[in-house]
Amino acid sequence: MAEIQEKSKGGGKQKKKHIHLDFTPMVDMNMLLITFFMLCTSLSKPQTMEISMPSKDKVPEEEQTKVQDTRAITLLLDGDNKIFYYFGEPDFQNYNSLVRTSYEATGIRQVLLKRNKKVNNEMNDLKREKIEKKLSDEEFATRSTEIKKDKSAPVVIIKATDKANYKNLIDALNEMQICSISKYAVVDITEADEFLLQNWEAKGGLIHETVTE
Amino acid sequence: MPKIKIKRKSTIIDMTAMSDVTVLLLTFFMLTSTFVQKEPILVSAPSSVSEIKIPDTNIMQILVDKQGRVFMSLDKQEDRIAVLEAVGKEYGIVFNAKEIQKFKLANSFGVPIQKMKSFLALEQGEQDKALPTLGIPCDSTNNQFKSWVKQACLQNSDLRIAIKADQTTPYPVIKNVMNSLQDIRENRYNLITSLKTVKES
Repeated sequence: MAEIQEKSKGGGKQKKKHIHLDFTPMVDMNMLLITFFMLCTSLSKPQTMEISMPSKDKVPEEEQTKVQDTRAITLLLDGDNKIFYYFGEPDFQNYNSLVRTSYEATGIRQVLLKRNKKVNNEMNDLKREKIEKKLSDEEFATRSTEIKKDKSAPVVIIKATDKANYKNLIDALNEMQICSISKYAVVDITEADEFLLQNWEAKGGLIHETVTE
Repeated sequence: MPKIKIKRKSTIIDMTAMSDVTVLLLTFFMLTSTFVQKEPILVSAPSSVSEIKIPDTNIMQILVDKQGRVFMSLDKQEDRIAVLEAVGKEYGIVFNAKEIQKFKLANSFGVPIQKMKSFLALEQGEQDKALPTLGIPCDSTNNQFKSWVKQACLQNSDLRIAIKADQTTPYPVIKNVMNSLQDIRENRYNLITSLKTVKES
């Protein structure tokens, strides 16, 4: 490209002219510009997680949605990356109703998956179909909402103590997404739950104290 | 002995191809990347499996650091001006044209409104130094954070709220920010995370 052969017009003899351009400074400048762009820009956009919190307006008793005992799972996030769960209503007499687990894939995820087996399996099938491009985006959306309406699917209540950190909360929300749990809420911790945690630490010791008093 | 003749070779390399490559790379970087926003504090967001990308425009980002200091950034300059004037009005502070101009150009802000005037009077370098130690007050007695968010949402109804917090932030700090948002009926928002892939178990 840089060498252009020109034919001289007129005359019998053909003269060959070589125009040679040195591109080295051009390359230098381009390299500098590339370095600048590589350092000062970011290629990936940050991910987000959408969350809707319950509104703080007072809802009359009869309009409140009650969660069935059998469907409810309560997660308690404590400090030092500890996580506990219990099903339905807690049993204050038995400290073992509160179970300690972990954020690992073998921990809380297994518990939730076991409870949410039906919905999760259906969602996985749907996602597989999506990847194989048998479904359009709209179809995927309508069918996933249909699946998530399942009446037996668990409802997860996430309560974090003051000792927990932001990562714990995100991790817990993450598990909701992995296990395709449609109904979950982040709720303030109650005194009863604080008591359960303390009782667990004391291995049921707190119950006896209150009984003997 | 016959003399060995060393042939002189020209060392000129044709740089045309190289230049072509660099120009291509440059075009790629210019088209695909976005400029890094300057943030007053360094925050490492927790990772999640969520694959939703954050929208480009109409974003109000709330930065929360470990100590609970809150900073905000708005992406539209006209919003910034309107919000500053509205919040100033609420607290009885009037800003002059020069101060508004300075505020408009700053990417993120997070100064108690009473200190805003003296802060805007500082030079750019000193502002950068002072900003990380300040932050918008966000507690029950003096919650200016609520006013900022409320005014911003009034100015731009399409505005989406995104919270970016450090992963080691204690929960009470986050709860405080979330409660403030709930108080002004902003119940839907985004949490900014970085990408993590799920290991198939």
